[in-house]
Amino acid sequence: MLLSVEDLKIGFGLLEPLVGVDLGVDAGEILGLVGESGSGKSMTAMSIMGMLPLMGGRIKQGRIVFDGLDLTTINEGSYRKLRGGRIALITQNPMTSLDPVVRVGRQIDQASQLHLGLDRKEAKSRTIDLMDRMRIPSPQHAYDLFPHQLSGGLRQRIVIAMALAGDPDLLIADEPTTALDVTVQAQIIQLLVELVRDRGLGLILITHDMGVIAQTCDRVAVMYCGRVVEYGPVARLFDDPRHPYTRALISCIPQLGMAPGTLTGIPGMVPSSQNLPKGCRFHPRCDSVLDNCRLREPPMKTEDGRSVACFLHEGGQR
Amino acid sequence: MLGYTIRRLLALVPVFFVVSGVVFLVVHLVPGDPVDHLIRTGSSPDQRAEIIARYGLDRSLIEQYISWLGRVISGDLGTAIVMRRPVATLIWDNLGYSLALGGWALAFSALAGVAAGAIAASFRERWIDHGLMGVSLLGSTVPTFWLGLLMIMLFAVQLGWVPVSGARHWTSLILPVLTVGLGGMALVARVTRIAMIETAREDFVMLLHAKGVPRWTIQIRHVLRHALIPVVTILSLRIGLIIGGSVTVEYVFARPGLGSLLIRALSQRDYPLVQGCLLFLAMAVMLGTLLGDLLQAAMDPRQRDEATR
Amino acid sequence: MKGPNPRKFLLVLTPTPLSALSGIALLVLILLAVFAPWVSPYPYDVQNLSIANQAPSALHWFGTDDFGRDVLSRVIFGARTSLSVSLISISLSLFGGVIIGAFCGYLGGWVDRLGMSIVDLTWFFPEILLALLIVAILGPGSESTIIAIAIAYLAQFTRLTRTQIITLKRQTFVEASLSMGAGPLHIMMRRLLPNAIAPVIVVAMLSTGNAILLEATLGFFGMGAQPPIPSWGGMMSTGSSQLFNAPWVIVWPGIFVALSVIFINLFGDGILRALDVKARMRTQ
Repeated sequence: MLLSVEDLKIGFGLLEPLVGVDLGVDAGEILGLVGESGSGKSMTAMSIMGMLPLMGGRIKQGRIVFDGLDLTTINEGSYRKLRGGRIALITQNPMTSLDPVVRVGRQIDQASQLHLGLDRKEAKSRTIDLMDRMRIPSPQHAYDLFPHQLSGGLRQRIVIAMALAGDPDLLIADEPTTALDVTVQAQIIQLLVELVRDRGLGLILITHDMGVIAQTCDRVAVMYCGRVVEYGPVARLFDDPRHPYTRALISCIPQLGMAPGTLTGIPGMVPSSQNLPKGCRFHPRCDSVLDNCRLREPPMKTEDGRSVACFLHEGGQR
Repeated sequence: MLGYTIRRLLALVPVFFVVSGVVFLVVHLVPGDPVDHLIRTGSSPDQRAEIIARYGLDRSLIEQYISWLGRVISGDLGTAIVMRRPVATLIWDNLGYSLALGGWALAFSALAGVAAGAIAASFRERWIDHGLMGVSLLGSTVPTFWLGLLMIMLFAVQLGWVPVSGARHWTSLILPVLTVGLGGMALVARVTRIAMIETAREDFVMLLHAKGVPRWTIQIRHVLRHALIPVVTILSLRIGLIIGGSVTVEYVFARPGLGSLLIRALSQRDYPLVQGCLLFLAMAVMLGTLLGDLLQAAMDPRQRDEATR
Repeated sequence: MKGPNPRKFLLVLTPTPLSALSGIALLVLILLAVFAPWVSPYPYDVQNLSIANQAPSALHWFGTDDFGRDVLSRVIFGARTSLSVSLISISLSLFGGVIIGAFCGYLGGWVDRLGMSIVDLTWFFPEILLALLIVAILGPGSESTIIAIAIAYLAQFTRLTRTQIITLKRQTFVEASLSMGAGPLHIMMRRLLPNAIAPVIVVAMLSTGNAILLEATLGFFGMGAQPPIPSWGGMMSTGSSQLFNAPWVIVWPGIFVALSVIFINLFGDGILRALDVKARMRTQ
């Protein structure tokens, strides 16, 4: 495993936005992280990036092992060398993710200068090369532009180029297409998939779009209220969703040829982390609640390569 | 950029006419007759009439305004009635003192304010933040003249480090600069701090951290650079304060300067001098605002594009 | 969006301890000023040259000035002048600014342009010069000081109200009122002003601190309240000639100016913060 997160629990004061998160990703593999907003997907990304202290949070329990190194034990200085170097982040909104007063080329340079020790000239040629590979038209010219002079899709390509500039082994893409037009979304996803396949990167793709997951990921972790509720290979998870929440998410994907009125939503709302329900966190919205669900949190059960946290599947029985 | 500057300068022309009209009229609202100051020694009515005619005070306001404006545009601000010297010369002589005090005070408040604000923002909600902000709040809440008097008492009288007053030696500038500068520093520090805290919340700063940029590089090269944009605006709006607003400090330290000149002219009802000073100040403020906008455009590519479009 | 209910509005203002303390201190200061004749140990104008320029003592806590008057009593009576002049001038400025700003913002067009360009003229001169100019026109005294300060701060309130009204005017609830047949005056008084006024009032509170400073400065130039009425600025003006042998005469009024400005700032900051919290709660 390139990265494995084991039994991660984080805390912001008394709140615990993530509890018992387990997942892993290998080189050349795409792990999908899916769930509604507020389910802890971005928090997971921030934990892996070691950026919780910036936001006032901390890791309370568990390990994050990257390439054999437990990241929860290293100091900020060593972490900083990893960030943008071996682990890179692509953020949600390309409109606000770039420094508006710095030329985009320089923003990409910064990463390779920091992490690969290139001088300014080498960094520039690497940047232009990267921009070209990101299919940014006339990169020589685009290098000197400011972010506001580029379209959203191009800006996201800049953000991706910036993430790649430090030559990372692991890429975390936090909803990389949410803020973009539908037509551009597919191109960006395609670009990311190619990177993984060609360069052997590990990619954690955070999204709330089950459709994207189905098309691109190798494995998927379904998150709800700060917990991973189901985790497994993408094909089996879609063929045979075990957790009622996964089932509900899949039924929310609109499909061509569906009879009008058959597209379902999930009733209710994600509870806030201040007042989580007792027992299984999903039980108030679940369509197959057992008595047990209201009393205890179901533990994660793993069985031939896939895990689920639901009493319906206690001990692997249906 | 050049085209934009020229357009902005042209836009000031109508403002100039309005301001000059008001400046001209305001002076005539001041009660008292300047002629009285000239003939205090009991001159004859003939002499009085001659003086009135010499300064054109017998003509209608409109006529006086037009001839005054005509002369102003050709660069002649007239002659001070009481001080009997060309207004332009008087302004020029005093401007040097004002610029020295204002310029150094500006430099001090900008540097100290930005430094204090940046440090406070970087250690937000810690004791160093509260301490710095408390001290700078203090700086903006005490009356300037009072601060000046206390400083004279401490540094000039008790310790004897600097001269009490006057403007003969550069050391006499230290206390006035500190007095004016401490007041301005508070504002700059507060604006810098707030702007930095707000910038630090932006997504791109998050991404800079994710890129592995060292924390202090982020704070100084990126966050502070953004925070300087509103600071420049604030400072450029205070250009009038720098040139004419130090009148209290000039008074306390017995320094010459434009503010003092204007106050003296007012008390002597010296029309041409009052008009000249007011007009000069107004123009300086207008140009200062323009300069601020240009600087802002130079610092922020988004505004540059908007301005030159 | 409904107009703010004044009672609820106050309830939301749960202040920080610091701003609450400042509020209490301000209240004490105001009470001191109001009950000055009863709380001050001596009358403000009784001269006794045999005890001129005495340092603070058990009899005269703050010392005496060059006429042998009790500085503490004069500081307490001076609070009357300084606080009332600042409060009245800011209220006047606020009133005028809100009315002009509301009309300019609501009507727009040439009324707006004309009104704003006249008001904006005051931006061209530093507050202190503007105030000195106005006092020079009107002659020294408390009334002129009030008018001078009111005019010096007019542009600020006008601008702020105008911006608020323009922003609110675009919002849908005004459209809704219009479509229900409400008249323009009704919309202005019942819909726009109540919604626009809260931030303007907070700024007015913070400006009262600056007004106290400005009043003191005018007093220092001898342009404020005329003797024998004590004002903080005036006391420092006469005290400055005795700077080296009776510094307490200027030190105490200065401290009181600084304290009232600090209290006003801290109290105002607390309210600003509370309003901000409230605004954030509303958007969520």
